[in-house]
Amino acid sequence: MPSSSGGPPVSSDVAYASVEEAAKQTYIRALKVLPPDLKEALARARAAETDPSGRGFLDIMLENVAVAERDENLVCQDTGTVVFWLEVGDECALNLARVSAAVKKGVERATLEHPLRPNAVHPVTRKNTMTNTGRHLPAMHYEFVPGSAGLPADALKLHCLPKGSGSENMSFLKMFVPADGVKAVKRFVLECIVEAGPKPCPPTIVGVGLGGTADLCAALAKKAVLRPLGTHNDDPVVAALEDELLGAANELGIGPMGLGGRTTALGVNIEWAHTHITQNPVTVNLQCWAARRASAVVTPDGEVTYGF
Amino acid sequence: MASEHKGETLTGGTERHLSFPIADLDALRELRAGDRLRIDGHVIGIRDATQIAMFDRGEKPRMDLSGAVLIHTAPNVRKLGPGRYEKVCIGTTTSARMNRFTRGLMERYGVRAIIGKGGLLADSLPVLEEFGGVYLAITGGAAALETTQIEEIEEVEFEELLPECLWKFRVRDFGPLVVAMDSHGTSLYEGVTAKARDKLAELVARL
Ligand code: SF4
Repeated sequence: MPSSSGGPPVSSDVAYASVEEAAKQTYIRALKVLPPDLKEALARARAAETDPSGRGFLDIMLENVAVAERDENLVCQDTGTVVFWLEVGDECALNLARVSAAVKKGVERATLEHPLRPNAVHPVTRKNTMTNTGRHLPAMHYEFVPGSAGLPADALKLHCLPKGSGSENMSFLKMFVPADGVKAVKRFVLECIVEAGPKPCPPTIVGVGLGGTADLCAALAKKAVLRPLGTHNDDPVVAALEDELLGAANELGIGPMGLGGRTTALGVNIEWAHTHITQNPVTVNLQCWAARRASAVVTPDGEVTYGF
Repeated sequence: MASEHKGETLTGGTERHLSFPIADLDALRELRAGDRLRIDGHVIGIRDATQIAMFDRGEKPRMDLSGAVLIHTAPNVRKLGPGRYEKVCIGTTTSARMNRFTRGLMERYGVRAIIGKGGLLADSLPVLEEFGGVYLAITGGAAALETTQIEEIEEVEFEELLPECLWKFRVRDFGPLVVAMDSHGTSLYEGVTAKARDKLAELVARL
């Protein structure tokens, strides 16, 4: 097997085949097995829930997670709009055009071979592509990162996020101005949670994008829902805002499935970017309790390691 | 107040079993918001595109929907042959999107119950009142469990709309379900939302 360090270029076909397989498998795995941080958060929420209705729904959610694992079935029927976040090690030599094509092929294969419900339609004709792929789909976001313990500098990490429509339809953007202050940001996030009410299958993970431009801000909110529960933004000011908003959200009483209870949100995750002196964009992207995600690291010699 | 009617939990205590379709179209008037149910018999799957075809394009299904319970869904299926499908994973979608079809379903087709998640909108309450209908809330996202309660896909119509066809499922012990909107003007969602709005005002003043 060709080595990834030094020597001649690697046998790249192997690497792209692995990317395709990893895309297929992360999509299916995400739909079937929920990450441990989420399962623990749901169990903690059940223990703390005082409302009878809320307790009942959380019981069924936990039972469903166990049934999905036992039957190797999908947790939720909505196979989502497929979003990939790709972390590229800063010494990774893979051709990203070929990586993108392989990811798309992997999603198509998962859909046809499993089979999975096809959701991708033309926005005007509503014609279904039947593959969960299409123009600009799956959505792919690339980020370039230094090597780390979890990701060798010459490797690639795929994060698959099949985003259900019930929660994706609960997406909100507001372009605030400096005079509105941070108070307006807080109010807006809570208003979005109330506005969404029962529709995104609460308890939710509240993904918030802060700053940047309208498009960047929306992408940051999506990135935020990928972050494991119990983690904080590395900026202490933003981390404090996450805690404050989570506390407030869970005073709203919307509860599991919006029929009452103290568990309205499992977490508030904020990702931010610097923004213009005249503006303060905020985006809210709600993620349902079935917050599915899966990851895979692919090395240049085609080895794949799966995770969440 | 709505919450007075709520059962102990969704999973414990008394649970009524109802079989669908119902012959007496007034039979569900006795149900009250907060009652808990399980369903046997047949549940009909329906979705956005199915109802757009039925109501906006006037395409009439052959299936008899009188006294039926519907479920807002588009399932994951495996095709076995012409018109024949096997279940893979079947769950429930957000109902509010399909709110405008409530009257047509009850008035023109005789539907009396709709299973969904997230609730119909408040303007469906008078329709439920007029026709003795109910909205039954299921646990959204709990599709793996729902799938175990569906015995078979017996019939499919509007196949060209796949996966948004009209599906006839034979079910057993389907649930748990809670009557979230009844025919007496009560919606459990309204009570929760009203309280959340009050709380929001208080929180905004404090933040
Ligand atoms: S909002 Fe999420 S959990 Fe609910 S039905 Fe949609 S994908 Fe499933």
